Amino acid sequence: MMNPVYIALIPLLPLAGFLMLGLFGRKFFKETSGIIATLLLLTAFGLSVYVAYDYFTHANGGVYPKTIAFQYTWLRFTDTLSIDMGALIDPISVMMLLVVTFVSLMVHIYSLAYVKGEERFATYYAYLMLFTFSMLGLVLSSNLFQIYIFWELVGLSSFLLIGFYYNKPSAVAACKKAFIVTRFADLGFLIGILILSFYSGTLDFATLINTLTTPESAAMKNAVTASFLGVSAISWGMALVFIGGAGKSAMFPLHIWLPDAMEGPTPVSALIHAATMVVAGVFLVARLFPVFALTTPAVLEIVGWVGAFSAIFAAMIACTQTDIKRVLAYSTMSQIGFMLFALGVSKYGGENGLGFTASMFHLFTHAMFKALLFLGAGAVIHYVHSNEMKDMGGLRKLLPITHITFLIACLAIAGVPPFAGFFSKEEILLAAFNGNKTIYYVALLTSGLTAFYMFRLYFNIFWSKEPATQHDKHHGEGGFAMMMPLVLLAIGAAAAGFIPFGNFVSSDGAKLESHFHLAFSAAPVLIGLSGILLAFVMYKKQSNKATNLANSLGGIYKTVYHKFYIDELYLFITKKILFNLIGRPAAWFDKNVVDGLVNATGNATTMISAKIKGMQSGRVQQYAAYFFAGVFGLVLIFLYIWK
Amino acid sequence: MEGSTIIFYLLALLTVVSGILAVTATNILRAAISLLFALIGIAGIYFWLDYQFIAAVQIVVYVGGIVVLIIFSIFLTQSAGEKMPSQKLGRTVFSALAAFCGFALVLIQLFQHNFPISKDLTLTPKVADIGTQMLGVKEEGYALPFELVSMLLLAALIGCIVIAMRSKPQTT
Amino acid sequence: MMQPGLYHILIISAALFFIGVFGFFTRRNLITMLMSIELILNSVNLNFIAFNKYVWPHKMDGLFFSLFVIAIAAAEAAVAIAIIINLYRSHQSIDVEDAGEMKY
Repeated sequence: MMNPVYIALIPLLPLAGFLMLGLFGRKFFKETSGIIATLLLLTAFGLSVYVAYDYFTHANGGVYPKTIAFQYTWLRFTDTLSIDMGALIDPISVMMLLVVTFVSLMVHIYSLAYVKGEERFATYYAYLMLFTFSMLGLVLSSNLFQIYIFWELVGLSSFLLIGFYYNKPSAVAACKKAFIVTRFADLGFLIGILILSFYSGTLDFATLINTLTTPESAAMKNAVTASFLGVSAISWGMALVFIGGAGKSAMFPLHIWLPDAMEGPTPVSALIHAATMVVAGVFLVARLFPVFALTTPAVLEIVGWVGAFSAIFAAMIACTQTDIKRVLAYSTMSQIGFMLFALGVSKYGGENGLGFTASMFHLFTHAMFKALLFLGAGAVIHYVHSNEMKDMGGLRKLLPITHITFLIACLAIAGVPPFAGFFSKEEILLAAFNGNKTIYYVALLTSGLTAFYMFRLYFNIFWSKEPATQHDKHHGEGGFAMMMPLVLLAIGAAAAGFIPFGNFVSSDGAKLESHFHLAFSAAPVLIGLSGILLAFVMYKKQSNKATNLANSLGGIYKTVYHKFYIDELYLFITKKILFNLIGRPAAWFDKNVVDGLVNATGNATTMISAKIKGMQSGRVQQYAAYFFAGVFGLVLIFLYIWK
Repeated sequence: MEGSTIIFYLLALLTVVSGILAVTATNILRAAISLLFALIGIAGIYFWLDYQFIAAVQIVVYVGGIVVLIIFSIFLTQSAGEKMPSQKLGRTVFSALAAFCGFALVLIQLFQHNFPISKDLTLTPKVADIGTQMLGVKEEGYALPFELVSMLLLAALIGCIVIAMRSKPQTT
Repeated sequence: MMQPGLYHILIISAALFFIGVFGFFTRRNLITMLMSIELILNSVNLNFIAFNKYVWPHKMDGLFFSLFVIAIAAAEAAVAIAIIINLYRSHQSIDVEDAGEMKY
């Protein structure tokens, strides 16, 4: 067995970095903070690789065991119910360790050039470190409550990083929005945790899953029979937990924060809002997958439908956006939708667990190519100083490395063989085909859309019109620190598909042989290629075709362009309905009744005291008169009343 | 009517009239002199009661001490002969009413009550007995109150000096 | 007219007392207020002596009380006049209405 110290060090190194840079960074490590952070992350990445190697070469009879590397009981409520801090090592957490440390390392290196010269350079790295620590803690969590704690921590660091340019009002609004929306979803998560722990009597993952998947257990009987609104308690619990996951993963209808989150620095978007944090919801569902699959298949079906709907919904919006980061944001949402419906159509164990493997596989490859896309977009933005497509065009000569790596990423996400996206998407589609035909067709359509909008983006940035001449030539592509992560991620995006993923990750821990069906692959690949071709025709050269098409679609185009007016709907609900119907009466009540009561007490006291004060006039004779009246009164009382 | 009775009524008249004048005169010096006569009238009543010692004390302390002190302070704070500002009529009427009510109440109580008047009305305290009991430490001795009063007088003496002393200018 | 006795003296005493009270209420000059207090104290003394004479002629406690009252009245008058003079120094007035700072 591997040394638990190594595993503990993986999250603790970033934590140490955060504390060091956060407390002393701005004074002592102003210039060197980036190097320090990168070196710490490099160590953590090395350790992750070692742990992964060690773990995957020690399969126990073909099954990867779930092991607790270390566990420390933090708060004990009952003998079984306790909040622990520990590290649960199983295939998905090991895979997530690799993904998080790798992408984070890339982003750290990339940021050395990208954020250079920023006043709060050290703070930026401190936040990145905090995020990395929280994300690693999240994936290692051995306890449902521990995952919640780290869940909130990643939410916090995401908030801090989105609002990093805090003097930009849009960034401030975006970070608030992200925080509030995800926090709202986390409320569901918390309630879900409480329900699950109430019925299972534990927070520990292994015990919890064991209890809730054994139909004979007493806890299970309670959880299934207790019902609310005709739905069993366990289903409510799992659905609420999924709401938390959906909030973090920007699933419809809680997706509205993700596009706005692009106000943060681009490397941050690559790390948090593409590769790692947003897949936390997927990870959460995967973590509790046995319960979803075996106990509450209905909830799992909801997961599938939410994923499928979000996938196509986001893909449609992505086709119309002009801000390149927003296109990528919607693309991310769409791809996470893929992962979720892959889980949704999956079943537990054996061949039927293909969806699970496919989902994790797609998570893995998506992290590579989406991080690459964001970093590439970051390079473009760095060069052009604009997020808008209309300011770009013809950049392929000026940014050759960015161009090639971006193309690789686009091919990967479009599902063109032999790039990484092809393999993972293939598996997802196959799982959907076996699981749910409707979802399969939705997914097929979505992958066509994906290919279209990615290449729309690609052609608009790198081809289309002639390069504008006003771009600064002086800083070129951004140097080694920015290019190296691009190249490394491009290699990942190109080659990650050849990893026999089923050998490592599966729903029940046993190895899963993935079959490759040439005939099955034809349809998605053809659809993808036709999407690319359509984009080629419309955007290769600057033309009116796209505008004409948009005009002919009229209202539909406008609706999609405005993201189906979801934001406006939310604004309507919150501002018009919630504020007017609940907020205002509450404010009125508070102002007039609660405050009024307090004020009345105060005023009455002041008034009475003013009256009493008047008696203390400072006139001796008045006092004497009081005294005389008092004595006279007492005499009368004693003489005639109390004889 | 006996001579002593007439003397008593004269003394009573002197006391009450001087008292009224002492609190109503607009000239402060005249008020002080009226007070002097009122106090003398009371001393006269003590004499009439055959309590020579207390009458002497009354004259020495009140007439010779306090009234002189009051007259001195009048000279210190007021130019003599100046009229004092008169009180508001409402206040005067109210005070008179209050005083009269109190007086009436006391009188009513007085006449309803029957005091056990002793038969030995000729008995008067001798000065030697007064001295013995005043400084006596036995059962009915008044040595302790006497010492307390002496302490009080000392404190008052020092207090007067401290209060009336002109505060020195602060040296910084 | 009848033979004067305890009641006569008590009436005089009561009259003096309420004359003092009246004076205390109506006077504005601090010195005259002090004089009213002296009248009140004297009426009390007169009471003590009268009771001593007519009710307990064998004892001298009323006499002693009068003596102590006189002593204390002397001390009180001295202190009061010291205060009045000090007040006059700071306010240029001994009108009781002018010394109203110690209110509230």
